[in-house]
Amino acid sequence: MNEFVFFLNYVVVAGSVTGSIYAIGAVGVTLVFSIMRFAHFAHADMMTFGAFTVLLLTTAFPGAGAALGLPTAVVMLPLAMLLTAALAVGIDKAFYKPLRAHGVKPIVMVIASLGVTLMLQGLIRLFAGTSGQSLYVDDRKEIFRLALPFEGARAPIVITEPQVILFVLTLVCVVGLHLFLSRSRLGKAMRAMSDNPDLARASGINTNLIVAVTWVIVGGLAAIAGTLLSLDVTFKPDLSFFLLLPIFAAAIVGGVGHPFGAIAGGFVVGFAETLAVFNWSVLLRPFRDSLPEWLASADNLAFVGTEYKIVVPFVLLVAILVWRPTGIFKGKVI
Amino acid sequence: MASMIDVRHVNKAFGGLKVINDCSLSVEAGSITGLIGPNGAGKSTLFNIIAGALPLDSGQVLLEGEEITNRPANELFHKGLLRTFQIAHEFSHLTALENLMMVPPAQAGENLFNAWLKPGRVRHEEEEVRRRALEVIDFIGLRHVRNELAGNLSGGQKKLLELGRTMMTDARVVLLDEIAAGVNRTLLGDLVENIERLNREMGYTFLVIEHDMDMIARLCDPVIVLAQGSVMVEGTIEEIQNNPEVIEAYFGATHDATA
Repeated sequence: MNEFVFFLNYVVVAGSVTGSIYAIGAVGVTLVFSIMRFAHFAHADMMTFGAFTVLLLTTAFPGAGAALGLPTAVVMLPLAMLLTAALAVGIDKAFYKPLRAHGVKPIVMVIASLGVTLMLQGLIRLFAGTSGQSLYVDDRKEIFRLALPFEGARAPIVITEPQVILFVLTLVCVVGLHLFLSRSRLGKAMRAMSDNPDLARASGINTNLIVAVTWVIVGGLAAIAGTLLSLDVTFKPDLSFFLLLPIFAAAIVGGVGHPFGAIAGGFVVGFAETLAVFNWSVLLRPFRDSLPEWLASADNLAFVGTEYKIVVPFVLLVAILVWRPTGIFKGKVI
Repeated sequence: MASMIDVRHVNKAFGGLKVINDCSLSVEAGSITGLIGPNGAGKSTLFNIIAGALPLDSGQVLLEGEEITNRPANELFHKGLLRTFQIAHEFSHLTALENLMMVPPAQAGENLFNAWLKPGRVRHEEEEVRRRALEVIDFIGLRHVRNELAGNLSGGQKKLLELGRTMMTDARVVLLDEIAAGVNRTLLGDLVENIERLNREMGYTFLVIEHDMDMIARLCDPVIVLAQGSVMVEGTIEEIQNNPEVIEAYFGATHDATA
């Protein structure tokens, strides 16, 4: 029974956490792709920037959270979302818009976004230093231990406050995005533009406005994902290097340009990672007597070591590209 | 008669290639004006400039006397200037009917709050739009494929859908870019009739680029001949066809192909 709780803690909870963060990240990548048709490499750095903004704000107003009973970082999140959205719109105006106006090929945009990645990362490093920092400046991470109502379950399910907030926000994002895309004029215009930008313009849709709206949404989502990841572990200026591959893998696995595919892809990649590094020997312990010697005596039965977890999205990516290149959901238009 | 579109001394070059060369023309309100010319004469470029899809280098474009030079296409749509595309464009993941229903701007159901708070109004309005779309789809003869994804329609059907799109809102002037190309002969007759009917009954002004001389002859008066980026001659189709200059430049080498 305790082995089962161990599994819940280290696979179900951990996988959902990683999955949610990848999902929110991948939605951003996929939205940029479906509207502007290029792979936006700087997305993971927008996530870092969001977390960085939260760090700054939390340091400036350390007591703000106590009043609302939430971690200060979460209270600062809406403001950080606004700032990150402004940054995203600003970056587009400064770097991508002039290129678009010249009608460059998508690969030029990709290279430009790579430049933005390096620039953002340098800037964040300049102000935040290179070491990891906790986003809990003046408060402390709440940890909930939920005892299970089973005979013999001594270990509780452990879940932290930022994880709960992450699950709630992921749900809010998914439902909100769905309603926005399906029920609002701007959402409908976004879908039209992702299908056929020329026709969208000829149908009276202001595509410049749609691009700006897309960046606002993308910036806001990036801030959420970056902040909650940093809350769950720590804030690091080079967070993006660990995020970039998984979120792109998630977007591609789900079907590029398909927001709900990206969410599914995020969870697929997140759980694949968690399952791959999970030590399966723990689960075999109760059956030790009936197992062959070599299996029973193994201490670590993880598929890959934790330090190589980054290969998991890679393998998944290659597999999906070989067997189902359009992703789980057929991507391309929203 | 008042002019609907005025093009004044427009120039446009792509790199070193001067495509539109001090071009001036006007399209009279209520007319069906044809725009013809040999390949590379700058017809499509001029079209894209008027429709706001291409910036011009110098000159002016006016819509009913109001300057619209370099205004984006979406703004022109709201001013009543609509266009079709030479290569038909469609929202491929929507059905033919939905493509038409997409056009009317500012529908109540497009508002997040109306969708929840005023479902009655939204439904009523959507039924109105659907009714109109069904009329239009009958008009263009695509009723049998109305529930097919637009991406799966044939080239000719997509062209018809393009024309249908311009009928879903109150246009002042419609730019038709080779609407007949890829449409079969029997449908073509309907198309000409429909365009004439829109012109007569709804007061649409048309500017038509066409390679099909039959269609030009049946539909357009006057006809403007474009050559090397500027207007060579303007007149009725008979005048054009008997103009030695035009025969030289336009009909000369390619007479067989266009007859």
